Amino acid sequence: MTLTLAHYLAASGALFTIGLAGVMLRRNIIIIFMCLELMLNAANLSLVAFSRFNLSVEGMPNYSGQVLVFFIITVAAAEVAVGLAIIVALFRARQTTHVEDLDSMKF
Amino acid sequence: MDAATVPWIILFTPLAAAVVILFFGRYSKPFSAGLAIGATLICGILSWWLFTRPDATEPNQFFWINLPDIFSVPIGVTVDHLSKVMLVVVNTIAPLVFIYSLGYMKHEEGYWRYFAGLSLFLFSMLGIVLADNFLMMFIFWELVGLSSYILIGHYYPKDSAADASKQAFLVNRIGDFGFMLGILMLWLATGTVVFSQLFTSETLALLQGNGLYLTIACVLIFCGTVGKSAQLPLHVWLPNSMEGPTPVSALLHAATMVAAGVFMLARFFPVLEHVPAARDVIAWVGGITCLVAALMATQQDDIKRILAYSTISQLGYMVLGVGVAESWDVPMFHLFTHAFFKCLLFLCAGSVIVGMHHEQNIWKMGALKNKMPFTFLCTIAGTLAITGFGFHGIGFSGFYSKDTIIMWAVVKAPVLGWIAAVTAGLTAFYMFRLLIVVFLGVPRSEEAKKAHESPLVMVVPLLLLAIPAVIGGWPFIEHIFFHTTEPENVPSIVHYALLAMFLGGAGLAWVLYRRAAKDPVSIPLFANRLYIDNLYTWIVKVFQDGVAWLAGWSDRWIVDLFVAQVPSKLTWACGYVLRFLQLGNIQAYAFFFGAGVVGLIYLLIAR
Repeated sequence: MTLTLAHYLAASGALFTIGLAGVMLRRNIIIIFMCLELMLNAANLSLVAFSRFNLSVEGMPNYSGQVLVFFIITVAAAEVAVGLAIIVALFRARQTTHVEDLDSMKF
Repeated sequence: MDAATVPWIILFTPLAAAVVILFFGRYSKPFSAGLAIGATLICGILSWWLFTRPDATEPNQFFWINLPDIFSVPIGVTVDHLSKVMLVVVNTIAPLVFIYSLGYMKHEEGYWRYFAGLSLFLFSMLGIVLADNFLMMFIFWELVGLSSYILIGHYYPKDSAADASKQAFLVNRIGDFGFMLGILMLWLATGTVVFSQLFTSETLALLQGNGLYLTIACVLIFCGTVGKSAQLPLHVWLPNSMEGPTPVSALLHAATMVAAGVFMLARFFPVLEHVPAARDVIAWVGGITCLVAALMATQQDDIKRILAYSTISQLGYMVLGVGVAESWDVPMFHLFTHAFFKCLLFLCAGSVIVGMHHEQNIWKMGALKNKMPFTFLCTIAGTLAITGFGFHGIGFSGFYSKDTIIMWAVVKAPVLGWIAAVTAGLTAFYMFRLLIVVFLGVPRSEEAKKAHESPLVMVVPLLLLAIPAVIGGWPFIEHIFFHTTEPENVPSIVHYALLAMFLGGAGLAWVLYRRAAKDPVSIPLFANRLYIDNLYTWIVKVFQDGVAWLAGWSDRWIVDLFVAQVPSKLTWACGYVLRFLQLGNIQAYAFFFGAGVVGLIYLLIAR
């Protein structure tokens, strides 16, 4: 059995769904944050897959997709730093990581 | 230097002086005064030179607004006989007043501001004189209003001065509004505002095709004169303008402001002479003004106010002259002589005021003739000139110019003519009242006992002005400047009547005031200026308060309702509804966000 583009896309879709479900359903903010990262990586996976299977006439992959992935990884790293810093600050202020306890903006 | 550039130099030299003084004058008094006087002297010399040159025939202009076939406004100069004469008058009097100011303003506040204002004033007036179209004239007309505002309000920390300057500006605006409407009506009918195009026979024929329209336009243009030349019913600003420094009053009354109204009528005369109905209005306004102002002058106690009312009265003569005479020479001749003798009288009054340490009430003066001999002599000359003393073709300058107007009036409109003749008697009465009370009799206060003659810098301009005030109307001088004609069939009784009026007025003043310690005559109606000022105050108060109340009410209940109350309540209500969407659950927000994205994608794909 050879791996085709469809396999990769299925895996990517599964990862994205898991991430989305985690964001929607989990209450711990760290888990939510990790699930966000999972969604990003699902997108990365599909980009790489498209790049790998979309060969040009000379037989070379389309590198634009792969370069974009590097950008996403870089930006995600920065975003993780900021996000984790926010979570740490939040925990120091509220002693909790549960989103249900964070509702002071509610009317 | 040629005759085409000289008018521009004359026009812009005072402006340049004003600007330079405005920027640098505050550092040096001699610098600002010297610059202003230098500028007027240049203007004076060039004006006289220009007077000897022939009239310009080529248009001397450039276009400010130029929409071919639609509308074009040139900024240009007219050099014809009228403007040359007026330039000579203005630029002869201005240097004398400027030099006199050196002495008068020596110890006053705002020296440089004063000279910058004077220069700007002169520039504005020269713009009116030289303008070759109504729009340019209107611009400078307003500039004259502005400059008078600045100068009348020179002592602006004083409430009365600030109010007087404000009143002068606002009252003039009323007249100017009519003037502007008149210009627009003319433009609408003829498509041009340029004098040389307005005065062609085709344009005149076109205008005369619609008599009523033209009459209304002329009367509206005359409104400008009513404001600027202080005719009834817009005369109230002129006496109050006495709050300004006395040299300003002299300049304003002689050459640079009130004369503008009469000059404008003279400029417009080629159209005006074909509109008898409008000239009737003009003649009646002028005649009534000259009588009423003379009546008011008989009961004033402030030396400058007497002169102010006499100016209104004399302007009434000029306007009457425009209404009855067959050429503009007649009123302009009186403007010419009046400029000299009225300037002289004001400068004499200024000299008296300085000598009396800024006392202006004539009942605090008296017996100044020995202490101020030169001022006394000059005042006599001015008084005899303004009262038109003379008989059988020999007399002081006012005799020639005023009597010509009266003769025209007697022939063309007998009622007005006799009103004007009676006014001549009143003129003699109030002027001799001033002369007798101030210079003869006994001193009525400590200041009068200690009064002293003014410095040379003030006396010399007085003496220089006294010469034209005496001889300015003599026929050989008159013929250099004017070609006045006397009407035919003048009843010879007029001459005797005028002499009788003079002798009667002067004699009555002599009898009444020779030994008076205080005013033996008291006519509250005249002293209170026929209560016209009070009436205006009342009208302004009623209207202003009414309008203010209405505006306040509508602002609070109508404007605020739509711009403040309704939007604020609406915003509050929307906010109240929308805040129920704030669930406080981060996943709900994420869900809304996701749902929004999906919805957008759906919309984009579905289209």
